[in-house]
Formats: sequence, structure tokens, C-alpha cells
Amino acid sequence: MNHLEGIVHKYYRDNIDTDVIVPGQYLKIHDHRELAKHAMEGLDPDFFKKVSDGDFLLCGRNFGCGSSREHAPIALANCGIKAIIAPSFARIFYRNAVDGGYLLPIEVDEETCRQVENGNRIIVDTLNSKLVNITQGRKAYDIKPFPKIIARIIEAGGLINLDPQKLLDT
Amino acid sequence: MTLTEKILARAAGKDSVAPEDVVFAKVDKLMMHDVSGPGVIKVLEEWKKKGTILERIWDPSKVWVTEDHFVPASDKISANNIISLSKWTKRFGVRKHYKYGMGQYGICHTLSHEEALVLPGEVYVGGDSHTNTTGALGAFAAGLGHSDIAYVLHHGKIWFKVPETILFVLKGQLPDHVMAKDIILRIIGDIGTEGGNYKCMQFSGEVIDRMNMEERITLTNMTTEAGAKNGIIEPDSVTESYIRERTDSPFQCVLGDGNADYLDIHEYEVNQLEPIIAKPFSPANTCTARDVQGTEIDKAYIGSCTGAKLADLRAASRLFKGKKVKVRTEVLPAAQSIYISALREGLVEIFVDAGCVVGPPTCGACCGAHMGVLGPKEICISTTNRNFPGRMGDVESQTFLASPLVVAASAINGKITDPRDITT
Repeated sequence: MNHLEGIVHKYYRDNIDTDVIVPGQYLKIHDHRELAKHAMEGLDPDFFKKVSDGDFLLCGRNFGCGSSREHAPIALANCGIKAIIAPSFARIFYRNAVDGGYLLPIEVDEETCRQVENGNRIIVDTLNSKLVNITQGRKAYDIKPFPKIIARIIEAGGLINLDPQKLLDT
Repeated sequence: MTLTEKILARAAGKDSVAPEDVVFAKVDKLMMHDVSGPGVIKVLEEWKKKGTILERIWDPSKVWVTEDHFVPASDKISANNIISLSKWTKRFGVRKHYKYGMGQYGICHTLSHEEALVLPGEVYVGGDSHTNTTGALGAFAAGLGHSDIAYVLHHGKIWFKVPETILFVLKGQLPDHVMAKDIILRIIGDIGTEGGNYKCMQFSGEVIDRMNMEERITLTNMTTEAGAKNGIIEPDSVTESYIRERTDSPFQCVLGDGNADYLDIHEYEVNQLEPIIAKPFSPANTCTARDVQGTEIDKAYIGSCTGAKLADLRAASRLFKGKKVKVRTEVLPAAQSIYISALREGLVEIFVDAGCVVGPPTCGACCGAHMGVLGPKEICISTTNRNFPGRMGDVESQTFLASPLVVAASAINGKITDPRDITT
């Protein structure tokens, strides 16, 4: 999980909320592959068809605001999205993505979001906290390091895989 | 320490905690509903495949379940979700399962206070973002996703980063026709949908001291729309008598220290506050009702955990009495107990005489799921909490958020109306 390579799908706007990521009418669905078909439907009904396994989503501030529906990271992950790159995330979306072990929430600054273009091939290197843009001649951007507890949960592949006794070890 | 810090310190078995500390907190109460419940069951099934099996819940007496989002069942899938939820609660000995059509049931956040399922000083987690609502009782109440809820069912504990607290001090006297909904919309308009992200939003001041519990609940409920981890109000005599009317369970009120550190303190003078509206497509896109007065609407909706408590229905009924609605209007009390009170107080008669449909408690239309969703380009004025694109139906529909008084006034005129312009 600390070295990912894929194509960027850029939907650069702030406050992309869970009603857009998975509209309310689909909340009764718990089949992960079925949910994937409706990912980002409120913004782009063809999103599911455009994404390949290993791709990234690049968005604006406060990504995933709104409801606590875990359907949101599940639908995106089951489309093949491995990480979401944004200047900030709403708290429950961030938690769900990490604790459920679905995908990585990667925080970068606004300028990075502006410069990385739709369709660019990039590497997300969380070990060195870098985003390397292959399309832009391997231009490197900083990514915000994960807080200690988040790094630990990601490394375990989700909260349930972590021994509760070791959760807070320093 | 602030109130939230003190509750989390106790739950983590520590003498003190500070913002940014990560704690492993003991959970006192846990809630899931007919959307998050089946989601949690699915997570538990996935974990089981990998060898982590839930043999028993850490404490079934601390768990409660309600059916609220897809009741009455909208189709075969939602009917099946409710069946699997019932099997699960039976299997794991969860006695507090509030079932549709069997007496008391309703929207999860409404039941939590109506039934005093959560007590002051407790740590309460729910599989729904508006779990923040219950912080009005002086508890730490935060929403979690399916995996975190499933984790708590196993361990009875969950990790939290201790939030910084933003204090909102409300001073003065609320004018007639201005409600808690107008206060919280004004605050969200000021701080934005990210203004409380990861933070605790606490409310205090003389306005709170005089405010009844249901109005306080409107404030904490919508802290979610500012991104807050939790909303909270210090318990007082209003809290104590509200709880005492509902349960004999012992509880101990926790108060913040006088010298607690707050990230920020915002003072609001409410004497001049006007009815506020959040325009599409954000709860932070606010203006006064007067600013959009006359906007044509297709529907008025009085429902949800935010705007269908008994106090909300009483407020709306004052305007509806002897009037007729000019657009289709739905009133859905937030819980069966509220429905019964509304019936006995004559409110239901006022609503139906005015031409409204009075429906069963459900989250249905608030989240665009069923039971009255909006069509393309339809415009709704609603007592609910969110108005993102497609929130209440078609992605091209629009929702204006407002207080029950503004929604009732607008229903009567068929266009957005300041309630001060309706003669009763």
C-alpha cells in the first residue's frame, strides 16, 4: 500500500458530499460490486466506466462531507480507486476509508491539486511522502504524512487487523 | 478540561486528556439502524471469512437498533434488510430493537432522546452521521461508519482523537418566529461546512439556559453539517428534568472546568436574528427568508430528526390553524411517541384540515430514498438538515432548508415566506 501507481481522475471541486458519491436511494444496497456501479453517480453517471483498477481520484477540499455511509469508500474502492487525493477530508469519510481498509486518503496542498491534471499517470509513495507525476517528467509533490495511529491502521490493512493492545503503543 | 475532554478522559481511564491526544475510549451506548445495521452485518461477515468471528457482543444491553431509513419497506431489498436485521438482533440478544409497526419506533436520533437511551456524561456512538444530535443531553455523541461500529461490537471500545472545542455563546432573547434552526443555520453560514471539521461545537449562554431540550437538539443535530465530530451542551436542570421524565436510570452530569481551554469562542447576540434559509446546494449557503421571499416552491416538508420533534410540530401548527396549503405538504413526526402526542394535542387535525399529508416516522424523503422524493427541477422547502445536489431526489431538484415556521408559512403561501408575514 505504500507505493501505488495509476491514472488520475480529476474532479476538482470542494465539498463533494456523500449524497453525490452514493445517492441515498442506493443505501439499501450492501453488495459491494453493485454499489461500485453507482459511485459518483450524482456528479458523473459514467464514472464507473471510466475508472480502471489502481486509479486515483483527485478532488477539492472537504471530500466526503455529509453522511457516515460506508457505502461511499466501498463504492469507490470497488471501482478500482486506490487513493483519493485532496486538500482535506471530512472526518467520517476519512475514518471509514482507513478503518475499513478500503483506500488511502492522501492530503496534499491546493497548488498540487491545481497542477496535477486529469489523465496524468502518477506514483503515490507514502513511505517517502511524495506524489511523483510520471506524465509531468517525474515532477515530485509533497504529501502530508499520516498521523501515527492512521499509519498503523493502514499498515495492518484495517482497524480489525490490529491488536487492540497495540493500537496506542508509542 | 472542557466537557468533551472530561467525558473522553473518563472513558479512556485517564486523569486528563488534551486536544490531539488519541484515546481508546470505552463506549457506553451504541446504535445502528436499517441502513448501517445491514452494513455492519456485512462487515462482520467479511471479517468472519478472514477468521475474526463475533461470538457475542461486548454488552447487548448497551446496543439498540431502530428501523427508520427504509420504512415502510420501499421494495424487496429494503424489506430483506429489515428481516436480516431482526434475525441478527435476536441472535445476539439485542432487546432494544424498535420495530416499525409495533409501538414506539422512529428516527434513531429522535428515539435516543425521546426514550432517554443515552444519558449525560456517556460516550455514545451511532452508525449515522447525525449521532451528534444526542450531545444536547450532555453526552459525547459521535457518528461512525460500519467498520468502526462492528469493531465496537467486538471490543466495546474505539479510538478517538480528542477534539478541540469551539464554544458558541448565545446571548439575548430570541425574537418571535425565530427558532433554534435559524441560529444553527446562521452559524453554519458563518463558519462553513468545514468550519467544525474534527472539532467539538459546544453551545452555551442565556439563550441555551432558557431553551427547551427539543430546540437544543436542533443545534447539536446540525453540527454535523459543519463537519463537527460532536456537538454538546452542558447538562442543567432542563436536561435533568427531561431525562427524569423518561427514565429511572441513574446518571451523573459532567460539567466542563471553569478554566477550560477553547479553540475559539464565538459570541452571538440573537435579539436581531431573523428567520434564516440555506439555499441550494449547501447548508452554509445562507440568507434571510426575506432575501428569497416569493421564490416559487413545489413542495413543503416537515420531517426528520432535525425538524419533526413535538416542538417543531407545535410551531408549524400555530401557522396552519385555519389555513390551507397551496403546495403539496407532508408532515412526518420523527417518532411514534411524537405522532401520538401530536394526535392527542389536536395537531394532526390541524395539519390534515390544512391539506397536508401526515405520514409515518421515516427518514425516507429527507435522504431522497423513498416516500416522496423530488422530481427533476422541483423545488422544496424543508425542515431537514441537508440540501446537497440530489439529496431529496433528482439531482436537478432543489432544497431550501428552514425552520418549521418558515416551512409552514411557505406552504400556506405556495412560495417562500417569512413567518412574520402570516397573520394567525
